[in-house]
Amino acid sequence: MSYFNTTLAITKRELQVYLGSPLAFVFLIAYLILSGIFTFTLGGFFNMNEASLSSFFNWMPWLLIFLVPAVGMRLWSEERRLGTIELLLTLPVTVWQAIIGKFLASWIFLMVAISLSFPMIVTVNWLGDPDNGVIVSGYVGCFLLAGTYLAVSCLASSMTRNQVIAFIFSVMLCLGTTLLGFAPITNLLSRWLTPESIERVANFSYLSHFDSFQRGVLDTRDIVYFVSTAAFYLFITSLVVRQVRAR
Amino acid sequence: MIKVDNLFKTFGNKQVLSDVSFEVAPGEVLGFLGPNGAGKSTTMRIITGFLEPTAGRVEVCGFDLSTHALQAKETIGYLPESAALYEEMTVGNFLKFIAEIRGLRGAAQRQALERVCEECHLDRVWHQAIDTLSKGFRQRTGLAQALIHDPQVLVLDEPTDGLDPNQKFEIRELITHMGRSKAIVFSTHVLEEVEAVCSRAIVINAGVIVANGTPREFKARTPSGRMDDFFRLVTLADTPHPTAAPSDTSNLETHA
Repeated sequence: MSYFNTTLAITKRELQVYLGSPLAFVFLIAYLILSGIFTFTLGGFFNMNEASLSSFFNWMPWLLIFLVPAVGMRLWSEERRLGTIELLLTLPVTVWQAIIGKFLASWIFLMVAISLSFPMIVTVNWLGDPDNGVIVSGYVGCFLLAGTYLAVSCLASSMTRNQVIAFIFSVMLCLGTTLLGFAPITNLLSRWLTPESIERVANFSYLSHFDSFQRGVLDTRDIVYFVSTAAFYLFITSLVVRQVRAR
Repeated sequence: MIKVDNLFKTFGNKQVLSDVSFEVAPGEVLGFLGPNGAGKSTTMRIITGFLEPTAGRVEVCGFDLSTHALQAKETIGYLPESAALYEEMTVGNFLKFIAEIRGLRGAAQRQALERVCEECHLDRVWHQAIDTLSKGFRQRTGLAQALIHDPQVLVLDEPTDGLDPNQKFEIRELITHMGRSKAIVFSTHVLEEVEAVCSRAIVINAGVIVANGTPREFKARTPSGRMDDFFRLVTLADTPHPTAAPSDTSNLETHA
């Protein structure tokens, strides 16, 4: 019980920091404006002539690549820069409690931000008769994708005192992994690789797994993929944080 | 209450601590002296569980830090050097957060917060963000954070650094007052502070303990009878202390 309480205390503190700083509002406004632009102009919401949010979900992996690191970059690098990591790790807190507490806070914030796009659901329901199951599954996919990107950002953030480096590093990592399943890249790879190996490579991409959510398929394999990838990155984060102590 | 055995620490290939051993009993205030970079902060960071030693053992209130780190940390209150605090939080929210982590809830939490608010005179800045505080109030907030769970062991890294004489006096009073029941280790550069509050002092130089005894014993070892002369005697490289030190140390310990 107290294990959970400590984690929760850290989550609460991190959420307070987000909500107490202009970051939350700048982020929310940026997210809502960008997702609107992508959905309605670049995504061609009205030209598709169908009642679905596919033009919204199509752009989400690309939008989140930049927005999630912006939320996650401060998690550990700020602690390291200010020296508060010393305070945190000399409290009766385990490294995992700190990692999970911080991760949860940012993830909750991201999920709230993503959910604030709900007027789109209202709009599409008002204009037509969409399959709301597909929309729900798309949102679940977005939450999981954001969580995985966030775990990458946690790792990047734990490796440096500099938030800008953390941001750029996690964008590169997220982008690189996502591109493995991006059609232009897989087409390029088909010159050298057999179709089976391309599929294997593309399977590592967030995109391939996000696609099925977008189509309304909640496949356990995809959920396991996202959860285990996030767990992997958080595990490496724990090693890096421990390394700071053994330095 | 604090037991440090044969501590070694290397950063890369730089030896920062070598064979540091000492003990602190309840009711004892141990002053930790030494030039900058001598290994004072490193020792404190190891005692509080932030850094892992390369070799050696630390026991706090009977808990071995390498095996029972959480239990050991529960008994320690720690003020890190230059009081690194969560800048964007208000003093009240920050202390509430620490209290929650320390497992204080409900009425116990309220009482603890009221107690440290009074002890450290924080009522004026309770709702103020930490990054707007003056150096003195920051230090007091850091101290309040270390005292909130009424720990048996206090580790304070330069608690009076950068404070004005009145604030220094206040912190010294607080340390003296609390030293009656707790085991306290604090580091400082101010030698008269050691005379004023410490029951015992350790001088560390280049990672090695070069003196361990009471301030009075230290002063008796110089012709002038002054602390700063003694400090120079044992820490300056051109004095013959490296050879003389081990026997001196044991000699002083038998007196202590």
